[in-house]
Amino acid sequence: MAVLIVAGIMFTQFGHSTVPAPASIGGPFQLIDQDGHAVTDRTFAGKPSVIFFGYTSCPDICPTTLADLTNWLKALGPTANKLNVLFITIDPQRDTPAHLREYLSSFDPRIRGLTGTNEQIAAVAKEYRVYYKRIEEEDGNYTMDHSGAVYLMDRAGHFVAPLSSQTPDGVAIERLRSLAAS
Amino acid sequence: MAIVYFVGVSAMAADYKIGSLEIMAPWSRATPQGAAAAIGYMTIKNNGTTPDRLIGGSVEFAKDFQLHSMTMEGGVAKMRALDGIDIAPGQTIELKPGGSHVMFVGLKHPLKESEHVKGTLVFEHAGTVQIEYDVEGIGAQSGPHDMDHMQMEH
Repeated sequence: MAVLIVAGIMFTQFGHSTVPAPASIGGPFQLIDQDGHAVTDRTFAGKPSVIFFGYTSCPDICPTTLADLTNWLKALGPTANKLNVLFITIDPQRDTPAHLREYLSSFDPRIRGLTGTNEQIAAVAKEYRVYYKRIEEEDGNYTMDHSGAVYLMDRAGHFVAPLSSQTPDGVAIERLRSLAAS
Repeated sequence: MAIVYFVGVSAMAADYKIGSLEIMAPWSRATPQGAAAAIGYMTIKNNGTTPDRLIGGSVEFAKDFQLHSMTMEGGVAKMRALDGIDIAPGQTIELKPGGSHVMFVGLKHPLKESEHVKGTLVFEHAGTVQIEYDVEGIGAQSGPHDMDHMQMEH
């Protein structure tokens, strides 16, 4: 019930006119993995998934959330092998497969980076109800507004619960453990 | 035991003064391989009677220095460039995770945990001060010296 309320608040604040049920988070996608291979949602079928949307030029919540995930996966040990852990970039222009692979080498090797064309990223973000927007800066750089949540999805691809950097380690590890066992 | 620990840490705390401004415990995070940007946090206290403003700075290890606000609105992280950060007389501002920060863009090399990296801060009135950032772990949510200022108040 708490999960439903949290998700409801998130969607209301995203500005959707209707509040979708959590069950509508997730769906089919076509992307490119960090090794340059085409992947789809079916590539990851059969295992529960942990999905985080972010970008590598983000200096604050992206690396710290990936570091949290790394600690949580380490705490789970081999149990975490039963999970897909996916970092999907919302900045495909800068986050090429090779760049994602290099960046993610600093974190748990079970975290896999996914990128795609602008259209593919827009489509997967829509499926997961992830908000992102490119913000131009005067020096030619840009930053990205983006949803900071980590999504837990069961093996059938249904949304279970969100996690974030604010989630206490013990709670996050237990949620991941029960997800892996589901 | 805890007290001994904090006293020990205090001895290493890096604080800087320019004019009536005090810059306490600047810190940064180790960066993932190939990262384009790094971040900086610190506490700045204005002990004077006139306002001042952080308007820029530089670091040796990156091309650009930027000031940013950062907010979470409805689960969405938003970062915006700032022209400056005001520090009123008597005010202490905290640049910390999840909030306003300095950002270093165009890294010349990755930052590694437990190294110290040099930079400058430029204030509208007080001028330019040289500082050093302590580099914490990749997922650090606070600098190591946050506690010592409470201990060090005389």
